[in-house]
Amino acid sequence: MTALSRAGAAVPDIAFEDRMATVEFRVAPDAHIVVDGDSCRGCTTRACVTACPANLFVPTSDGGILFNYEECFECGTCYMVCNTEGAITWRYPEGGHGVVFHRS
Amino acid sequence: MSATFDCVVVGAGPAGSAAALVLARAGKRVALVERGPFPGSKNMYGGVVYGRVLDTLVPGWEQEVPVQRWITRRATMVLTETQSLTVDFRSGAWARPPYNGCTTLRPDFDAWLAGKAEAAGAVLLCSTTVTGLRRDDTGRVTGVCTDRPGGELGAPVVIACDGVNSFLAKEAGLYQSFDPANFTLGAKEVIALPRDEIDRRFGLAGDEGADIEIVGATADVAGGGFVYTNADSVAIGVVLQLPGLARSGRRPEDLIAQLKAHPSIAPLVAGGDLKEYSAHLIPEGGYDAMPEIVTDGLMVAGDAAGLCLAAGIWLEGVNFAIGSGAAAGETAVEALRRGDASAKGLAGYRRRLESSFVLRDHRKLRRAPHFVLSERVQHRYPAVVCDLVEQLFTVENPAPKRGGLKAGWRALRAHDVPLRDVARDAWTALRTFG
Ligand SMILES: Cc1cc2nc3c(=O)[nH]c(=O)nc-3n(C[C@H](O)[C@H](O)[C@H](O)COP(=O)(O)OP(=O)(O)OC[C@H]3O[C@@H](n4cnc5c(N)ncnc54)[C@H](O)[C@@H]3O)c2cc1C
Ligand code: SF4
Ligand code: SF4
Repeated sequence: MTALSRAGAAVPDIAFEDRMATVEFRVAPDAHIVVDGDSCRGCTTRACVTACPANLFVPTSDGGILFNYEECFECGTCYMVCNTEGAITWRYPEGGHGVVFHRS
Repeated sequence: MSATFDCVVVGAGPAGSAAALVLARAGKRVALVERGPFPGSKNMYGGVVYGRVLDTLVPGWEQEVPVQRWITRRATMVLTETQSLTVDFRSGAWARPPYNGCTTLRPDFDAWLAGKAEAAGAVLLCSTTVTGLRRDDTGRVTGVCTDRPGGELGAPVVIACDGVNSFLAKEAGLYQSFDPANFTLGAKEVIALPRDEIDRRFGLAGDEGADIEIVGATADVAGGGFVYTNADSVAIGVVLQLPGLARSGRRPEDLIAQLKAHPSIAPLVAGGDLKEYSAHLIPEGGYDAMPEIVTDGLMVAGDAAGLCLAAGIWLEGVNFAIGSGAAAGETAVEALRRGDASAKGLAGYRRRLESSFVLRDHRKLRRAPHFVLSERVQHRYPAVVCDLVEQLFTVENPAPKRGGLKAGWRALRAHDVPLRDVARDAWTALRTFG
């Protein structure tokens, strides 16, 4: 026995959109995170794609990254795991906007 | 809204509200600035609040805290793919005042504590993001800038309680280095279940609650898992060390799904509806990863100062945030009285923390984060102990029983753990937790 399955993904019990639909986001007019897709082209780790809990980083077929700030937890994981200087510009959204937790 | 205060506290989490409460009670003009629309709206945790630290700060807190359940059952679980071993502790004493800890939701708890500060006279400014520090020519912090029009707030003392990402501590140059390996991502689901169903599944009655910490739950990623009971929901989540998560190719929600599918966990959460999914970082580096906590005109408290204790069997941050926030508040009151808010004038903050549980616990447990997140503790020992116990309890008549030592030896060999590593880790464990 190894520690809990190291292999394939578990069967999801809920679709990702439904998961995110449980969270309230008061979307700000301006993006608080900007991803420079060009900087991403040379990136081999794609750390953000794996680690972002909101799954907001989507690789494109031409080697870039598509990012949408709207359903973001403002956790900070992406800028911490990204090793490419300048790829991610990160700040908190305008006061009163962004994620609003009610039951956590 | 350009205005002047005796002190500006940034962040209405537990650290900030505790600091503002102390200052307001001392008659100081204090602003408590929060970027969320209400305190707690940006915050998630496991979560259990251990209330002893509130005994002196909010006497009678247990009568009014927005409690979900009082923790009377505390279990630590070790998992492999198909096995689990649980140490399950219950105490009747924890069901009665003065209690040990309670589950409570952060939007409720944080709003309650911020309300105490407000009632004492603090000015709570929600929906206001602090965008940077204001400083004079000498570099001394003299207030903050906010994203409200004309929104500078001046004060001789600023207390940064802005949480794990603390852009203020970074801006002030208080973090020498910032290593992602010192941070974990917590991702959690709150699953609705009827109250009596939770009572049945967890063996609880009335206001009793359960707290389960899990090791071996996170596949190749170093970290852990947790299950907590609220009144009519169960919180289940994983905590994942960042570089390991990034390398693993496994997504956070996938690791939660895998934990929920484990035969020992599935019956606890089966059939419930997901009510809220959430995520937040935890500073897990402990004492050795802390930033400087004082500079001219500025103190840093709570998660912003890395003061969360995440050491395997413990996951405590709210109490350390309250303890450090209150100490920063007391130090600010004293500095204002003496009219000296320079780094020297604020040096009492560190001394206060050193002599309280906040830094005594952190110093004592400084080796814990590294040890708990090590490969052997995370991946090999869970399998070794589960195999050992399985051998002891598997009846193989007509073969005679194998002795415990022999079973242990076989389990260690099966998982490639040399005896000298066990000896070394036992010694580390003793020095760390003893
Ligand atoms: C998954 C998980 C499980 C946990 N489990 C537990 C547990 O069971 N028990 C426990 O005791 N601890 C637990 N913790 C740790 C605990 O949540 C933290 O240690 C605690 O919340 C720290 O309090 P704080 O006041 O320092 O920071 P926070 O609670 O993070 O509060 C910071 C506040 O500052 C505000 N803010 C930040 N930046 C700005 C800005 N620029 N302008 C204005 N406002 C700002 C934020 O909106 C927030 O309200 C857990 C943490 C996680 C992530
Ligand atoms: S954001 Fe960073 S980690 Fe993500 S793809 Fe771009 S360079 Fe890589
Ligand atoms: S802050 Fe967190 S949720 Fe938002 S994009 Fe970055 S990793 Fe994703």
